[in-house]
Amino acid sequence: MKTTTISNSKFRRKSIVAFLVFLGCFVLAFFSWGKLNSAKPKDGTPAPLRAALETNESIFYGLFGNRLTQTYPASMAAKKVRVNGNIGMNKDFEPENWKLQVIRKPGDTLFISLEEIRSLPKTEIIFDFKCIEGWDQISHWGGVRFSDFIKKYGLDEQAAKQFTGFVTPDGGYYVGIDNKSMMHPQTLLCYELNDKPLPMNQGYPLRLIIPVKYGVKHIKRIGSIYFSNIRPPDYWHERGYDYYCGL
Amino acid sequence: MKKIIRKHPLAIRWLHWINFPIMAMMVWSGLLIYWANGVYKLGWGDQTVLKFFPKNFYEALNVPFRLAEGMSMHFFFMWLFAINGFFYVAYLIVSKEWKYLLPEKRSWKEAWQVLLHDLRLRKTSPPQIKYNAAQRIAYTAVILMGIMMLLTGLAIYKPVQLNWLCKLLGGYAWARAEHFIFTILFCLFFLVHVLQVIFAGWNKFQAIITGFEVVKKNDLEESTPITIAETDKTTTE
Repeated sequence: MKTTTISNSKFRRKSIVAFLVFLGCFVLAFFSWGKLNSAKPKDGTPAPLRAALETNESIFYGLFGNRLTQTYPASMAAKKVRVNGNIGMNKDFEPENWKLQVIRKPGDTLFISLEEIRSLPKTEIIFDFKCIEGWDQISHWGGVRFSDFIKKYGLDEQAAKQFTGFVTPDGGYYVGIDNKSMMHPQTLLCYELNDKPLPMNQGYPLRLIIPVKYGVKHIKRIGSIYFSNIRPPDYWHERGYDYYCGL
Repeated sequence: MKKIIRKHPLAIRWLHWINFPIMAMMVWSGLLIYWANGVYKLGWGDQTVLKFFPKNFYEALNVPFRLAEGMSMHFFFMWLFAINGFFYVAYLIVSKEWKYLLPEKRSWKEAWQVLLHDLRLRKTSPPQIKYNAAQRIAYTAVILMGIMMLLTGLAIYKPVQLNWLCKLLGGYAWARAEHFIFTILFCLFFLVHVLQVIFAGWNKFQAIITGFEVVKKNDLEESTPITIAETDKTTTE
């Protein structure tokens, strides 16, 4: 480092300029933050931050795509599986009258019983379930692969659309998921937990298991399924969360 | 007339100060996220010494129930943090400023002497060029912390797509804990850094804004850069 000698006035001028730029930048940063934070919200999040979330999805998806989730031996699966939400599961549900509704197109609905779903080839997965809150748990689920289900019921045309929407029978909870993730080989319409029928609080009779997404997308007690090229409404997305929640 | 020493290059000053508000936003939004599963504590068995964080801490800062907001902020500012950090490290390499920053062999021993000096237990501190031994260690450590925060953050952001990284860091739960620990370490660094700046005085502080430091007369007698350069030579030969 070099030492130099400068006049007092030059020293003062240099110092003042540096400090003015410094303070100016902080004031600018402060106001930018205020502006960002008060920007018009889009689905519960300031629009620029919402745009960033969507950009992140396309960057990370573009770079890494839909990979397989790591699986574990059944011995590592939790015996007591955490229950974290009951939105959309009101008490007057009548399981004996339940049938899965698949809306092929408006006015054309397929009704499928649990027995019919159980008769399809079963796939099991033991993976590290991740909640958007930050906890994770290795758990063991069984059901039919969504892609197998689509094939069996001849829904290829519907699944070629961009999104699948799910709604609980009472309409209280609903999710929308991109079909690239829906057709992922580890995505299940799930009816078993630890080799037993799904408990009521885990979404009996049928729930979604989609390991490439946070738990908020694993909708419990599916009432109806539909397909769309525009994003189906999503409960937590409307409350400020990322639409995709991709892991 | 004033004798000055050109201390911090323009790029270092900009990158340092850009990092400050970004880091503040990252820590703040990180806290909003962490709250949703705030399970870490210091202690053993059932004994808790320190809970991260106590309820009144969260309430005082108005943290509860802002997870979505925290996430959207965190995943926006993460880009600025990563880009600014990248330029900082790149500049250190290209400008050879790293020579002043990385610890040398003798820094490890000297850092103790600096510490004793700073605690007023020792009269003199070892000669230094730009940074003393303790600064070299601390400033290098904080860069490593930044890199680790980035890597552990990526691992818990995309644990499926970046499964190899997540596994390398000991799995999802460990990577999250590590992300937290590095953040706490960073905050501790920040506290010490600010205290040291206060103790070091105005001349040293204004240098990270103006770039130059005024050389006082007795400074010159005690440790001019020339004498340091000479001691440098004798030790390396």
